[in-house]
Amino acid sequence: MKQSGNILFSGVGGQGILLASELTAYAQLAAGFDVKKSEVHGMAQRGGSVVAHLKYGEKVYSPLIDPGTADIQVAFEEMEAARYLPYLHRDSAVVVNTQKILPPAVATGKASYPDNILDELRNRGINVVALDAFAVAREMGELRTANVVMVGAMSNFLAVTPQIFLDVIDQKVKEQFREVNKNAFQAGRDLVHA
Amino acid sequence: MTLNKKETLWLSGNEAIALGAWEAGVQVASGYPGTPSTEIMENLSTYADVYTEWAPNEKVGLEVAIGASFAGVRALATMKHVGMNVAADPLFTASYTGGRGGLVVLTADDPEMHSSQNEQDNRNYAFAAKLPMLEPSDPAEAKVMLLRAFELSEELDTPVLFRITTRIAHVKGVVQKSDRVATSDPSIEKMPGKFVMLPGPARVRRAVIEKRMQSLRELAETLDENRVEEGTVTRGFITSGTSYNYVKEAFPDAAVLKLGMVWPLPEQKIRDFAQKVDELIIVEELDPFLETHIKAMGIHCRGKELIPSQGELNSFIVRKSIDPDSVGQLFEPLDLPMRPPNMCAGCPHRGLFYCLSRMKDVFVSGDIGCYTLGFLPPLSAMDTCVCMGASVTIAHGMSKALGKEGEGKMVAVLGDSTFIHSGITGLINSVYNDSNSTVIIVDNRTTAMTGHQHNPASGCNIKGEAANAINFEELCRAVGVKRVVVVNPHDIDETRKVLKEEIARTETSVVISRAPCVLLPEEVRRKKPVYWTNLDNCTGCTACIRLGCPAISWNPITPGESVERGYKEKQKGYSMINEVQCNGCGQCAVLCKFDAITLKEDN
Repeated sequence: MKQSGNILFSGVGGQGILLASELTAYAQLAAGFDVKKSEVHGMAQRGGSVVAHLKYGEKVYSPLIDPGTADIQVAFEEMEAARYLPYLHRDSAVVVNTQKILPPAVATGKASYPDNILDELRNRGINVVALDAFAVAREMGELRTANVVMVGAMSNFLAVTPQIFLDVIDQKVKEQFREVNKNAFQAGRDLVHA
Repeated sequence: MTLNKKETLWLSGNEAIALGAWEAGVQVASGYPGTPSTEIMENLSTYADVYTEWAPNEKVGLEVAIGASFAGVRALATMKHVGMNVAADPLFTASYTGGRGGLVVLTADDPEMHSSQNEQDNRNYAFAAKLPMLEPSDPAEAKVMLLRAFELSEELDTPVLFRITTRIAHVKGVVQKSDRVATSDPSIEKMPGKFVMLPGPARVRRAVIEKRMQSLRELAETLDENRVEEGTVTRGFITSGTSYNYVKEAFPDAAVLKLGMVWPLPEQKIRDFAQKVDELIIVEELDPFLETHIKAMGIHCRGKELIPSQGELNSFIVRKSIDPDSVGQLFEPLDLPMRPPNMCAGCPHRGLFYCLSRMKDVFVSGDIGCYTLGFLPPLSAMDTCVCMGASVTIAHGMSKALGKEGEGKMVAVLGDSTFIHSGITGLINSVYNDSNSTVIIVDNRTTAMTGHQHNPASGCNIKGEAANAINFEELCRAVGVKRVVVVNPHDIDETRKVLKEEIARTETSVVISRAPCVLLPEEVRRKKPVYWTNLDNCTGCTACIRLGCPAISWNPITPGESVERGYKEKQKGYSMINEVQCNGCGQCAVLCKFDAITLKEDN
């Protein structure tokens, strides 16, 4: 099993990055790793670009991922997948939800949303896995499980077994939402072949 | 490592500090919300056997904690870095009095200004107020070190400063749970020589401070929290706080002197360490605090000539600053449209700032809160932002400087919680000194930016229980404001009319712009109307776009497309409401003159 790694979560404030990164952290803890996670609260949460750093290993000191060292990025929005490019390296895997949320300058017609932005990552040799997490979540019958679909897809790139994630969902998610979240995780996992 | 055991937890630094405060037997805690400190009080308020409260400002919070200490129990005051400026008055004299129960004053600094107006380094307060300061490196250490802070406070009869930064407060890590220590019984004890700081007793206490600092300097030499981690000595590091983590990852084999107490410093320990290593480098975020004092000891070292003094550090920056050739090439960032934070869809502040943005001669003196986002385009309706409460006083100062020229132009905008924090004293000044400025209180019934904390006007205490609520109208009239007008900012036509009238007045007037924050739980639960874009009617006039609402987007079209859609050929685009995001405030519907935005039920 890989002995350490860095996972970057990015998206737009209010998209629910927190739950996705929490489930991942708990799974890595259950697998026996030391884990640290860094978030930013306050002003940054009001619809702005947000990012969470998760690091695991035998002993983790810094809570921040160094530029050029994110092994996996989980992006909840397309442009937010590309914004953190300096954190990635050529062997990074980027799991991205193909949603586009227009930033103020675009919504007001002052700028345009870049076309084919994910190609910017692919052209640099980065493994980009694009999926419509909302479509999958809708099939599950609960739109709010889109985060967990993303975690499921991302889990293919980790050595942690899927059962550990399913156990974490059992422990951390309220009973009435457990089954749908476990299904969402599995559906996300089945979408990707790492 | 398993979290199934009850004693091992996964906590943020702030959650760990709340747990640490409870374990340390804290019985009274007071604070004012401020990122990144807020969750400490929020979490502590959920524990049994500790009294917690939101104070109207940091000075009040600290004085409450001093009072509890004088009554013989352990007490905690929490604040963000700039809050310590507000609390500095009691802080500097509490250094003279000491207390009875342990007193810890927590400052949460925000290097990089993630959610702050400056990035002051509050280690300087330890030096200036002659107080010891502890600084942990992660959540687990923060919890343990807080207990140590209370022990030190009682052993040496001193308030203890406890400094964290964003990367302690909002970092999650593994924390071990412990039992709560035995708490003390409160009592009244009159100690005038210690508690009454008139010149006579204060001069006596002044000498006590010097003795105390001497004892602390001696104690620092043997304190477990100041530890040497052996390693290669070609290059040795002195560091503290989260910077320690970056040194450990950038130079894992190097010898490190980790300072858990950053003031006063263990001089002998530093000398011994300096002698042992070939080259000494000080790694610290923000000011050269350790470096300055270590250089003053006559010790040769390097610090800020290598390490940046602005913004946060990380392992990469530390490595690159010291060994530039050791880091590889990074991908260049892409040129992407920025995504700054924005007021939410349906935010009541938007209606008010929209009206202000349409008033050309008005100068808007702003303040600290969600509404500071009124500065951003397309509203661009804020002209100053300095500190809590300064909107009122800066508007008054400008109006006095401008005289006749400022009449009908000077407006202050501040939130409900900010008004109570330190706006009310400014308003009293405006009334007393006959200001012609207009004060707008944007009252959204909560302290929104920090995550919806209750305040003295919200009707609930920190635990969410019913509490006395201040009535702003009565308060403003009581201090002598003759004109107090309440408007609903979602009603743009009425708001515009009221603003025009009140701003034109040559006496101090107060406009209370009142509508609840859309993120309040009761508002989230409320079934709201949904607005809908009838695209056939949209003329592309962009009146709604000028609100800057995240639920409304502009869709550019070519002349061909516009004809195809039945628009005039010159129409450059159309706007559309995202019905999922819409919170039904109706501001855009008021602005649309072409019936392109209507209530969903109507269609």
